[in-house]
Formats: sequence, C-alpha cells, structure tokens
Amino acid sequence: MFTITARRATAACAVLLLAALTGCAKETPAAQPGDSTGPVTVKATDSECSLSRSDVKSGTNTFSVANGGSKVTEFYVYADGDRVMGEVENIGPGLKRDLIVELPTGKYQAVCKPGMVGDGIRGDLTVTGAAAAQVDEDTALKQAVDSYSRYVNSQAIALEQKTTDFVAAVKAGDVAKAKALYPVSRSYWERIEPVAESFGDLDPKIDARVNDVEPGTEWTGYHRIEQALWEKNTTAGMAKYADQLLTDVKTVVAKAKVVKLTPLQLANGAKELLDEVATGKVTGEEDRYSHTDLWDFQANLEGSQAAIQALRPALQKRDAALVTTLDTDFKAVFAALDKYRTADGFKPYTASEAEKKQLGTVVDALAEPVSKVAGVIAKK
Amino acid sequence: MTSESSKGISRRGLFGAAGAAVATGVAGYVVHSAVSGEESQAADNTGPVEFHGPHQAGIVTPAQDRLHFATFDVTATKREAVIALLKEWTAAAALMTAGRDIGQYGAVNGPGEAPPEDTGEAVGLPPARLTITIGFGPSFFVDAQGNDRFGIKAKRPAALVDLPHFIGDDLDPNRSGGDIAVQACSDDPQVAVHAIRNLARIGFGTVAVRYSQLGFGRTSSTSRAQSTPRNLFGFKDGTANLKLEDTDKLEQQLWVQPEDGPDWMVGGSYLVSRRIRMTIEIWDRTSLGEQEQIIGRGKGTGAPLGKADEFDAVDFNAKTSDGSLKVPADSHVRLAHPQFNKGAELLRRGYNFVDGSDGLGRLDAGLFFLAYQRDPRKQFVPIQQQLARADKLNEYIRHVGSGIFACPGGVTPGSYWGEKLFT
Repeated sequence: MFTITARRATAACAVLLLAALTGCAKETPAAQPGDSTGPVTVKATDSECSLSRSDVKSGTNTFSVANGGSKVTEFYVYADGDRVMGEVENIGPGLKRDLIVELPTGKYQAVCKPGMVGDGIRGDLTVTGAAAAQVDEDTALKQAVDSYSRYVNSQAIALEQKTTDFVAAVKAGDVAKAKALYPVSRSYWERIEPVAESFGDLDPKIDARVNDVEPGTEWTGYHRIEQALWEKNTTAGMAKYADQLLTDVKTVVAKAKVVKLTPLQLANGAKELLDEVATGKVTGEEDRYSHTDLWDFQANLEGSQAAIQALRPALQKRDAALVTTLDTDFKAVFAALDKYRTADGFKPYTASEAEKKQLGTVVDALAEPVSKVAGVIAKK
Repeated sequence: MTSESSKGISRRGLFGAAGAAVATGVAGYVVHSAVSGEESQAADNTGPVEFHGPHQAGIVTPAQDRLHFATFDVTATKREAVIALLKEWTAAAALMTAGRDIGQYGAVNGPGEAPPEDTGEAVGLPPARLTITIGFGPSFFVDAQGNDRFGIKAKRPAALVDLPHFIGDDLDPNRSGGDIAVQACSDDPQVAVHAIRNLARIGFGTVAVRYSQLGFGRTSSTSRAQSTPRNLFGFKDGTANLKLEDTDKLEQQLWVQPEDGPDWMVGGSYLVSRRIRMTIEIWDRTSLGEQEQIIGRGKGTGAPLGKADEFDAVDFNAKTSDGSLKVPADSHVRLAHPQFNKGAELLRRGYNFVDGSDGLGRLDAGLFFLAYQRDPRKQFVPIQQQLARADKLNEYIRHVGSGIFACPGGVTPGSYWGEKLFT
C-alpha cells in the first residue's frame, strides 16, 4: 500500500516508500511496482490518499476512488506543473467513483483534495511501458485542447452539482448552509469563467454585481442571493432567484460540455482569468457582501493554470524559458494566497491596502508572462 | 462663434490690442486691469480666443491641449449672491482669456499690504488660447428635496435630465455632479490651472469646489485643421467627431435651437462629463489583434478595420473570409456610430488624465470624457445605454465620475454668464 498522509511534507516520505524503505508508514508495505493489473484503488480520507500501487503501465488506467473521510474530496492525476491528466470531482463521503485516464510513460502525481481546496495530499505515480511516441506540434496543440476540454467538463459537472446543493439550502431557508456552499459552488464557476462568459447574456444573469444592472432589468444570480444572505441574513424571497440561478447554470453547463475551443482561446482564457483577479478580486469588488473573494481568486488562478498547463507540452518545445517563468510565478501567487487560508477555505477578504498591493503585485508579475503565451502558441 | 488670432499676442503686448475690447465687455464689473510686467515668448498658437459671441468659446474652439475642469456647489442661499458671483466670474474670465491679470491691479501692481488680486502664476505667459466655459447642473435649479433654490426652478430645461444609471456605472459621488461646472482649456497647463484657481478664489463664500480634474493630450479633434490625437489605449480618438467646419450639422446636433427652448439656452449646448478610468495594465496585456477588434480600427493608421485610411468610411457589412464581420458587432466604433444610434452624434472634447497611481500601484488614469450636444435625451443617453450593454471595451474601462450641465449661449459685451436665466 502506498500511503500519503499529509500535504507537501510527505513528498519525501512517498519517495522513500517507493524505494521500499519503511520509515514513514510501517504498517503498510511498500507498493510493488507493476505487481498488478486492473484498477488502482484509491483510499481517500480527510488526511490520507492511499493508492494500491504507485507504478502503472502506460495506456488506459482506471483509478477507483473511495472516499472514507468526512469531507467531499477530489482526485487528480497531474503531470509536470500540475497539468491535469484526469480528475474526478466532488466525491462525497462514503462514495466511490472511477477515473479512467490515458497516461503516457512518465512521472506524475496522484492527488486527493479533501474539502476540494488547496494543494491536496500528493504522492508520486510512475508510468512505465513503451516509450511515448514523439508528438508533433499540431498533435500537441490538439491534445492541449482535449485535455482542457476534459477539465472544463469536470468543472461543469461539479458546478451543476454544487449549485444544486446551494439552491436547495437557499430554498430550505438554511442560511448557514447556504453561506457555506456559496463560495464552494462559485469556485467551479470561477475556474471556467471565460468559457461561461462566451455564452453571452447568461453571464450577467448568473454573475452580475448590482451596478452591472440597468434600471428596469431585474438583478438575478449569485450576488443577488449573496446580498440577502450576508446583508440581511435571510433567504426570504430568494427562492425564485435560486430556481432561476439553477436553470441558468444548467444551460451554461450543457453548453460548456460541448464547446469547441482552440489553443488560442485557452491562452486568452488563462489571461482573462488573471484579469478578473486583478480587477475584481484583489480589489474586493466581486463578493462585496460575503467577502469570499479569495475563494474566487483561488479558483480563477486554478482555472488559468489548468489552461496554461494544458498547453505546456507545446509551450515547452517553443519557449522553455517561459514555462519556467510561469511555474515560478504561479507558485508565488498560490503562496501569497496561502497566507489567507483556513482549514476549509479562506478568511474573509478584508485585507489592508498594503496586503492588497502585495497580492496585486504577484498577480501582475504572473499576468505579464501569461499574456505572452498566446503569441508563442500562434507562432508557426 | 470663436475666432483665433492669427498671430500671438503676449500678455504685455495685448494691452493696446484686445485690451480695449475686454475693458468694454466687462464695464461695470472691473474698471480696468493691469498687466504684470515681464516679457513672454509669443509664438504662433499662443494668442487669445475671443470670449464674446453667439456661442460660448471652448465648445467648437479647436481643442486645446490641456484641461482644468472643476465643478462647484453653491453654498450661498441668496439669488443675489449667485448673480453677483456670475458677474464677477464673467469679468475675470474675459480678462484671463485675453491673457490679462484679473482685478484692478493684477498680480504685482497692487499695494504691498494686500494680497495680490491675481494669483500671478500666469504672469509672463501668453493667453495660450485659454477658453473658459460654464454650465449649470440640475442641482443648481432644485435641491435634493425639490426646493427652488434661486427662483429658477421653472427655467430648468427638460433636456437637462438626471442621467440614468448605466450598466456597470461605479460612480464616486465625490467625482460626480455639481451645481456649476467650469471648463478651462488652454495649450498651457499653467494657464488653465490659473483660470480655475482664480475663479475658485473669487467664489469662496458663495461656491465651493466639489471636484476638479486636470487633463492633458486632447483626445479628440474639433476641427479638420487638427490631426487626430491618441488616447491612453494608444488609439486615435476623435476621427469621426463633429467638427467646427460642419456648420449645418452643428445646428442639428450641437446648438440648442429656438424651438427647443428654454430661451436662455438658445445657442447653448448640453455638456456631459464622465471620468472614465481605464485599466491600463490589463489593456497592455491584450493582443494587438484583440485591441483592434475591440475598437474596430487599426491601431497604427486609425483606419476602420478592412480599410486603409483613417478617414475612410466604415463598412459595417464587410466580412472576412471566414464570414465574420470585419468590424465586430460589439466593437466600439460600430456601437457608437450614428448609423446605429438613430443618427445621433456628439461633439467630444475629452482629455487624457493620469492622477498618479492608486494604492495598488496601478495608474489612476483614463479619459475625462466631455461631450456637447443639443439634447442628451436623444444623444448621450441612448448612445451610452447601447455602449454600456454591449461594448467590448467595457472590460477595460469603468465609469467612475459623472456630470451633466446646461451651458448657455454666448455672452455679449456688458452681459454676464447666464444673465437670461435670472431676468
């Protein structure tokens, strides 16, 4: 059994385990590379992420994830730089879900994210077998689009589920639960916002702030309910907005699942997400009643990173130095955000001007190289 | 109508020339004024713009390079105090636009025991085409409770509407509104600042400055003799603006006509001011192609997309090989064009501004938009409603300040700004 018990600090531990040393988790024998075929079973709890083996053959692999913890979790397989190879979202306590993913030869990370936030509990995953065929640039770009489409799809599914939960809490009059679910459901929206925004007038219906609304038009969507929850501490009168929100989200989700993207749209989407961070989140204008801006901030960043990482193999060939810069700068922003973390998410965003400036500065530092990606991708 | 002097006249040299006319124009309010010594370098384009005429100067006057705009709240409660102030302001404006000090003794010729009448920072500077233009806001007529403040409620023009909330408006009350607006434009920033500073000083006790805005780099052309400048997004701005040479069009679109009423506004125009913050840093990370798609013009030439020359007519039906519109449906040029606004046009004379940086280290910069028109209900309001709904540019700008003002017709010698409003 290959066990990872805590975030980050255990990476060394996992490596030791792979080397068949026993210092970290004596009770579990080290995985035997390639000793089995069939699904890799993943035991996820609130504090561990155990894989039945950490070495698999290249090709199609199935990970069967069972959540034995008390928090909703996610499971990811990341390539270099947290490029998403595959993921299952939103696995409730006691539930089991499969991830089927095509993995070429190489080094990966298997990650559980209890509570669906943060870096998660990570361990190495090695894929051996026939060497991966060299892919030409066109193929690399096509794979980037496929990879990001899978990401959008998984986010869209979770968006619908979490919004359904949020709406149910609002309609049940459960203010506390609705408040807890508000930033969670928005995270999925914020990760794929450029895709959602491309469906024209759905975006204002779902995500308009009060000043975005023209007189004579009704204000609907997340922020309408946010105002009631935090300013008036009630869900009274919100049922119709909740229903409308779910209807609109379902429409977006249906469209997002089938949307055809281009590599350039990925690059631009990554940039737009950072623009969102720079203009709306750093300033605290987005969630002005709940002050949950940092959840959105994190989600925008993750969405941006997912798009960039999907392009990573193509970028690596064309401008390796840019990839290094992007890795460094993404890390810096995530690190800056980490200061505001709590066990389940983020502190209310009531940062001082100096703190806002600090966040703004790292975002600007990242946004500049991200804005160069489109040009690199467009080059023939 | 305004006129430009063909050759420059220095503050010193002016005494004999335009000085006489000025003295006549303001007779009764200021007997005469001194001209402070010190030679100035008079060059072309530094001369005075005629203050008197059927229209106020500073509207179709070829846009100067600098702006100091201020709005004032009237603190006095007596009608007489307001009238007295307007008389004093008119006299001072006539002198300053002629390149002269204000008051009897000016900046340096008065008694040593008293503060100088003129603040003095324009001494030695040429008139630099200074124009001073006045307008009255809705709150000048009625206060927030609807009270008739100065007995002029009935004279509030129907066209002087309270602007509606536009989608995305994020207005700062401290940069919006005002009972009276004064626009000072000049080719020399110090001359423009001098004008507002002296008017504010005269106004203490009667009015208080509500907010003021400095601008540089005119962002439009109001004459065909001018080249088209660039805004802070790096695009040519004002290519298709109304120009002073379009005299027939100005009667249709700019000047209030006798049938429009009220009488005191005939020959005048309505001014809408908007402080438009640009998210410069975000724009600068946007690809050239997207910038051009957003604006609808080439960045280098200023030509409409699909055309070669800046002044070529926009072809809104042109398609690219993949069947999409060359000038996109959500581009600024298309949405602002008269063809999509029932023929409505504006005379813009906005300015770039950079007020340093904000707390996040980003430029507090943008466009101080100023637009004159015959009727905001048919011009600015519907145009802005359309832009607010659909303009792709909205992702990069934010409207943070707003004002609307009724600018009366021109002043005749011996009269004062807004005299017909009080008689």
